[in-house]
Amino acid sequence: MAEQSRTNQVEDLHLVNLTKRFGDMAAVDDLTITIPAGSFFALLGASGCGKTTTLRMVAGLEDPTSGSIRIGDKDVTRLRAFQRPVNTVFQSYALFPHLDIFENVAFGLRRRGVKDVKATVEQMLDLVELGSLARRKPTQLSGGQQQRVAVARALINKPDVLLLDEPLGALDLKLRRQMQIELKRIQTEVGTTFVHVTHDQEEAMTMADTIAVMNAGRIEQMGHPAEIYELPKTAFVANFLGQSNLIEGRVAGASDDLIDVTAYGVAFRVPKSRSSATGTAIIVGVRPEKMTVLDALDATKVPDGHNAIFGRVTDVSYTGVSTQYLVRAAWGQELIVFEQNMIVGDRCEVGDDVIVHWAPSHTFGLDGDENINAGVDAAVLALDATAGQ
Amino acid sequence: MRWLRRNAVSIVGILVLVYLFIPISVVTALSFNKPAGKFNISWNSFSLDAWTNLCGVPGVCSSFVTSLEIGLVSTLIATLLGTMIAFALVRYRFRGRSTTNLLIFLPMATPEVVMGSSLLALFLNMRFPLGPLTVAIAHIMFIISFVVVTVKARLQGLDPRLEEAARDLYASPRATFRYVTFPLVLPGIIGAALLGFSLSFDDFIISYFNAGTLVTFPIYIWGAAQRGIPPQVNALATLVFVTALVIVLASQIVQYRKRKAMESS
Repeated sequence: MAEQSRTNQVEDLHLVNLTKRFGDMAAVDDLTITIPAGSFFALLGASGCGKTTTLRMVAGLEDPTSGSIRIGDKDVTRLRAFQRPVNTVFQSYALFPHLDIFENVAFGLRRRGVKDVKATVEQMLDLVELGSLARRKPTQLSGGQQQRVAVARALINKPDVLLLDEPLGALDLKLRRQMQIELKRIQTEVGTTFVHVTHDQEEAMTMADTIAVMNAGRIEQMGHPAEIYELPKTAFVANFLGQSNLIEGRVAGASDDLIDVTAYGVAFRVPKSRSSATGTAIIVGVRPEKMTVLDALDATKVPDGHNAIFGRVTDVSYTGVSTQYLVRAAWGQELIVFEQNMIVGDRCEVGDDVIVHWAPSHTFGLDGDENINAGVDAAVLALDATAGQ
Repeated sequence: MRWLRRNAVSIVGILVLVYLFIPISVVTALSFNKPAGKFNISWNSFSLDAWTNLCGVPGVCSSFVTSLEIGLVSTLIATLLGTMIAFALVRYRFRGRSTTNLLIFLPMATPEVVMGSSLLALFLNMRFPLGPLTVAIAHIMFIISFVVVTVKARLQGLDPRLEEAARDLYASPRATFRYVTFPLVLPGIIGAALLGFSLSFDDFIISYFNAGTLVTFPIYIWGAAQRGIPPQVNALATLVFVTALVIVLASQIVQYRKRKAMESS
């Protein structure tokens, strides 16, 4: 067994050219990433994007078609699941129904031949605040408690990597928020590398220090949540992680650090450093909360150099914290704008002619060959999946 | 009228129970009878003779023991084989798997008369001496079907994630079976064995064809019925019924206590 290397020293997890094919379909397609030791890493994507398959390959429950998995310098690709210093928190937990909570948590230790498990198990149950329920059966626990047992059962083995497969999927919204904070606390406390698979972008952003957005077996973009959100590199990321307004245009010229873009006869400016466009076709992108809505008569109030679009309000939804506007631009595209409710009563109405503007520094550019609707359906599906649970 | 409507379900329920238990109560009552003639059919006078002298009539106890022995041996072997077949059918893909799946149902679907007589023909053809062995072989054959069906259902209902979780938690394939798979399937196996035993114990038709000179309990009763069934048979039947009842009640009480203990903890 691989237990002799069981130390508390955490090491990086490397996936190298990892590929998994089911028939002709590549579920995971030539994936190469390094997950830093001790990080809280989220694999984010819609169902069927290959994130769970990736996780199962790391756990040893699925054999890769090609490529390798290394923890530190050790190649674990050929090790079987029970030989790997990796543990999993399963979706819907998979607690052993015939064993009580104590024995569930002690399972891994007992299988490795640890004789005196009592103190360790009790300590672990205290960490997840379940000490008093040690002799209950899993079915007698609430969803949130079962979830914590699943975490304790995996963590007690001090794995090099803890894998979490949609760990909060079965919980209701309020409990999910609570567990997000709880998991983060436990991760900080034990310092193990957490690899977390989820379709819930908000969950990924709240918990992870690195997010990899996955689509069709490949990583679209990887980085700190804020970095990915503020500067998406692909249309899929722009639409899947939060919402974006994407406008197709052409490069008309360039100054020192700005690209001049014309789209539907309107001029936009995009910082060169924030554009991933390579040709003359470019997509101008902006996040809805970066935009400001003004009455069309106040056009003079638009700050100099801002990007601006004239349009008509087609929908207003008041959400308390903010107001969400749909604004139809002259060329028919509907733009979405979030405005914070700073001043009571100062809102536009449906049918108002408005001007929407934002700073070029909040603008990003995407390659013009991309489909501006990529990831929209996936995001809606993921949202449905969350709401349905 | 109103009262009737409100209690209609209970009344029907009680009537059905009465209907179910009348034959059993008649059997029990007649075990305390001192029959007037050869036939223990009408009440004569109260007596404990049958109970104090259970084995008093030749053949009653020996046939009872024979049935117990055949039941235990057949159940043991059939449960073992049936469980293994069920695992093979659920866990492995092999040539002839779907055919096996279908064929395993056949002994259940075949009329007992047909099965009994064809087995007899087979044994006679092979010049295989009839006796306990042929009866046991016949019983094992039809019990296997029930075991396979019961255990298979249990195995198919098993969440594959549980075994994955065990593997993930350092359990080798053997340890996974021992600590997770087997304990979870065990209730199904026990249920199958109990069912198998009761099927074997009261089987008449197939046993009758293949017993030769062997007398099992049902065969004894059949024979006795023509001459007059001694009250000892009633006593033994009551004993079996009470044993079954005690087992059921005990398991219910244990379950109830467990639940109580859980709730109060």
